[in-house]
Amino acid sequence: MIGSPRHEGMMQRLLVGRMFQGRLLPESMRTADGGRVERRTDIRFSFDGADYLGCGGDTLASALLANGVHLVGRSMKYHRPRGIVAAGAEEPNALVAVVRGGGRTTPNLRATQVELFEGLEAHSQNRWPSLNTDLGALVALAAPLLPAGFYYKTMMGPRGLGLWHRVFEPLVRRAAGLGRAPRVADPDRYARYYAHCDVLVAGAGPAGIAAALAAGRGGARTILCDEQAEPGGALLSEIAALIDGIPAREWLAQSLAELAAMPHVRVMPRTTAFGCYPHNMVGLAERVTDHLAAPSPDQPRERLWRVRARRIVLATGAIERPLVFPGNDRPGVMLAGAAREYLLRWGVKVGSRVVIATACDTAYRAALDLATAGVAVKLVVDLRAAADGPLPQAARAAGIAVLAGGRVLGTHLRGKRLDSVLLGRGDDGRRRWFDCDALLMCNGWTPAVHLHAQARGALRWEGERGVFLPGEPAPGVESIGACNGATDLAMALAQGAASGGGAVPVVEGEVPALPGPAHVDAAVAGDAFVDFQNDVRADDVRQAVAEGFHAIEHVKRYTAGGLGTDQGKTGNMNLLALAAAARGTPIPELGTTTFRPPYTPVSFGTLAGPARGEMFDPVRTTPLHAQAVAEGAVFEDVGQWKRARYFPQAGEDMHAAVRREVATTRAAAGLFDASTLGKIEVVGPDAAIFLDRLYLNAIATLKPGRCRYGVMLSEAGFVMDDGVMARLAPDRFHVTTTTSGAAHVLAHMEDYRQTEWPELRVWLTSTTEHWAVLAVQGPRARDVLAPLVAGDISAAALPHMAVRDLKVAGIPARMMRVSFSGEQGFEVNAPARHAPALWDALRPRIAAAGGTVYGTEAMHVLRAEKGYIIVGQETDGTVTPGDLGMAIGRGKGDFIGRRSLARPDMLAADRRQLVGLLSDDPALVLEEGAQIVAQSAPPPGTKALGHVTSSYFSPALGRSIALALLAGGRERTGERLFVPLARGSIGVAVAAPVFLDPQGGRLHV
Amino acid sequence: MLLIPCPFCAMDRPEAEFRHAGEAHLTRPPDPAAADDAAWADFLYHRANPRGVIAERWRHVHGCGRFINVLRDTVSDRILASYRPGEKRP
Repeated sequence: MIGSPRHEGMMQRLLVGRMFQGRLLPESMRTADGGRVERRTDIRFSFDGADYLGCGGDTLASALLANGVHLVGRSMKYHRPRGIVAAGAEEPNALVAVVRGGGRTTPNLRATQVELFEGLEAHSQNRWPSLNTDLGALVALAAPLLPAGFYYKTMMGPRGLGLWHRVFEPLVRRAAGLGRAPRVADPDRYARYYAHCDVLVAGAGPAGIAAALAAGRGGARTILCDEQAEPGGALLSEIAALIDGIPAREWLAQSLAELAAMPHVRVMPRTTAFGCYPHNMVGLAERVTDHLAAPSPDQPRERLWRVRARRIVLATGAIERPLVFPGNDRPGVMLAGAAREYLLRWGVKVGSRVVIATACDTAYRAALDLATAGVAVKLVVDLRAAADGPLPQAARAAGIAVLAGGRVLGTHLRGKRLDSVLLGRGDDGRRRWFDCDALLMCNGWTPAVHLHAQARGALRWEGERGVFLPGEPAPGVESIGACNGATDLAMALAQGAASGGGAVPVVEGEVPALPGPAHVDAAVAGDAFVDFQNDVRADDVRQAVAEGFHAIEHVKRYTAGGLGTDQGKTGNMNLLALAAAARGTPIPELGTTTFRPPYTPVSFGTLAGPARGEMFDPVRTTPLHAQAVAEGAVFEDVGQWKRARYFPQAGEDMHAAVRREVATTRAAAGLFDASTLGKIEVVGPDAAIFLDRLYLNAIATLKPGRCRYGVMLSEAGFVMDDGVMARLAPDRFHVTTTTSGAAHVLAHMEDYRQTEWPELRVWLTSTTEHWAVLAVQGPRARDVLAPLVAGDISAAALPHMAVRDLKVAGIPARMMRVSFSGEQGFEVNAPARHAPALWDALRPRIAAAGGTVYGTEAMHVLRAEKGYIIVGQETDGTVTPGDLGMAIGRGKGDFIGRRSLARPDMLAADRRQLVGLLSDDPALVLEEGAQIVAQSAPPPGTKALGHVTSSYFSPALGRSIALALLAGGRERTGERLFVPLARGSIGVAVAAPVFLDPQGGRLHV
Repeated sequence: MLLIPCPFCAMDRPEAEFRHAGEAHLTRPPDPAAADDAAWADFLYHRANPRGVIAERWRHVHGCGRFINVLRDTVSDRILASYRPGEKRP
């Protein structure tokens, strides 16, 4: 019974994956000999939980086919059963997840590219609960309701479509999409490499190998990469031709040996050239360990290569096109070239009784080779009116029936596999069902011009064959072989050798395939799929055009044809032909969609490389980090910095700790690490003029030994940064910036110094890392410091906003009387290496004075009580100094941003201005970002008058406070407004933005 | 990734060493207070953004730190020239 073709499919379904007397059953579809697999090694693998045997050298696809398994997945939209279509990277259907445990789950791998290894565990996707019983297939019953643009149309429904949002959308979202990402972190390592070479050859088929040989023999540093495990491309399934007098496979082996022996040539298998970028850079993704049963922990899983090549030679081959006919997506319908490759390379018969449908001569090669292998080739249906080239003639001579001018009208499924096809002749209406278990199709070949086009090479249309070929290339890029239109081995080798100026190999024994146009029936209807992966049918393409989506990019987006993991490698040209026919436009006028990297999907791990976790972004710590850790600080991230946020004592939460830190600082003293402040030393005879032109405030008139607050504007007039300008000498300033603005401010200054005012004699140095800053604030700050300082720091000698170089605890320090707390304040700048010693000297004195260390949270409350702004919190890039109540420095001429402040809009009375807000309930702390309105119950659509920018509980006032930007705010002082929150509307009173010590008495003591 | 010739370092360096700094040869009005609103808006916001050759500024931020001018074709990304600020557009 096993031998009877009638029952073969059924027996396979019963027995496949089952143990038989303790052994796995052998593969039923493997040939006795031939191919390049190692038949003596049995490799055990599983697919959807069933165990199988394969051979060394198999892909998952070839091993499944050897076991008679065609059904490997469900389609995305209609959940139709789908089989393996292709043999390479272009595979649209056979997407699997490979599970290796411990976060090593990779979804959406093409089974045609997954190398078999002992213990491989693979799963199909898009099915629930199982591949054989997929409830999602019920969706197919609703197919007429799911036309092109279904999602767009439905999502745009009126708000009343509650049923959609609650019921259908979650179902559709669950049913749609490809694969599932693993939920745990990827445990593997990924490496990054840079390389330079004279010649990079992408693709190690006949053309690529000939090109690499020519380049290598000429002494060029050469890289030859190929996406497959084994270099060779079409040579791997070439059994007839002779090259330079020896069989093609022997020529391949000799050539690879010669390349391997050249020290200046690197051959990289399992390496996809996925992107061609400007100025001759190519991205390569090298898969290092995925094919190994037990990868070494010392190896990275994949490597990302960035190769800069003097010359890029593209030998990326061509991709076979499917035919578009009803039922062309059944498991068992596949590309003829793929079937031939499975036979000759892996020794696998894709069926026992096959019918071939073609619009191209090359399918006859499959017919001849399959017949030779003992497969019953029942009929070749040639869609062309005449089939009389050398290859069709050879097929007829071998006794294969050929029906010219035929059509495929339908297919029939039994169980999960094709069991017959309905054929007809174009003209007479006769039709007949043919019994078969595989239907092989070929609609010509599409040159893989992806990399050429990514590099911005032009494309030219060749109408006779219905292909786009490389036109004018980018400089340094050339295409050879099938991707450049070569149709046979001799042409491919000749183009490859010519690219490197080498001798052209002589080919014998190859029956030529005559080129011809692709066949697309513009009226084909029903389940005639153009894009298998995205379930796009010919009907959908016509509908998209009928609805006005005329540009091919629009057709693509509306139908989803050409999206997905395969990016329409097999389907795009058919889609283009259908869209062109529907529009009545020639294909070249419609053009192609844009080719973008990557050619095939690249894992996020490869792109991220080592840049993840701790290596994602540098972590910056201050010179006092260890001291903060020892004090029990809780840290927060501020950009790349780790800053001490608060220092909780036993039993304290953040609020309790912050209240204590604030109150203690106001009552006695506080010590704060302000080292993250940006610092720039501005030096030179024109330093004062330079700063005067960059800041709102009058810097030129600042006396040496004095400090002044400075606000930097963008040329558009908006507040960009702020800080303190300390004039150390007539020609020397110590300028501080915000923590996050440091790099940007320096770049801004450099821009004006280098390009706008190159005549100014001024030099800039970042000193952020040089100086640690210990802020001592509070009424007892001077008491804490004075005994440690060699010099007078009395209010008379060192008043508020003065600066002196002094020794503190024996350490040379730059002492500034500045305050961001509203209290008597000192900021001691000490060289970073001395900062811990200075901290250790100050810390016991702070404690003895009844003071505290405090963190950024207390710093925020202290400054908010005083109404001091934080750039980026009170400002958002639309705030002018006037909005903040700041005036232009006296006697100033032009400075950056000044002209913009005179724009009419900058002077409008209803601009949002900085105000204070006091909520009716003093215990209630408003939410930052909350909107402010005039009514307690504003109707929907009411325009907000402003928003809350900062909000805290103020220990000094014993109540909550907030800062806000409010339209015409200064005129509204005393008004009662509302902050509508989800829990109800909060009444607030508008106040001045300075809540504490508006006269500044506490600063000057 | 572009290869940008730095006229100060006198060699081609990868784009990753640079930061783009917008269109080149914008002239800040010598007396901004005298510029009317339209002229000022032009200077602040209006850019040519050509299809074809653009003169643009880059800063060799991870190299010499200098601002440079580059002539680049926005279609092909070909770089035709690079030169120092203040020099005439070639």
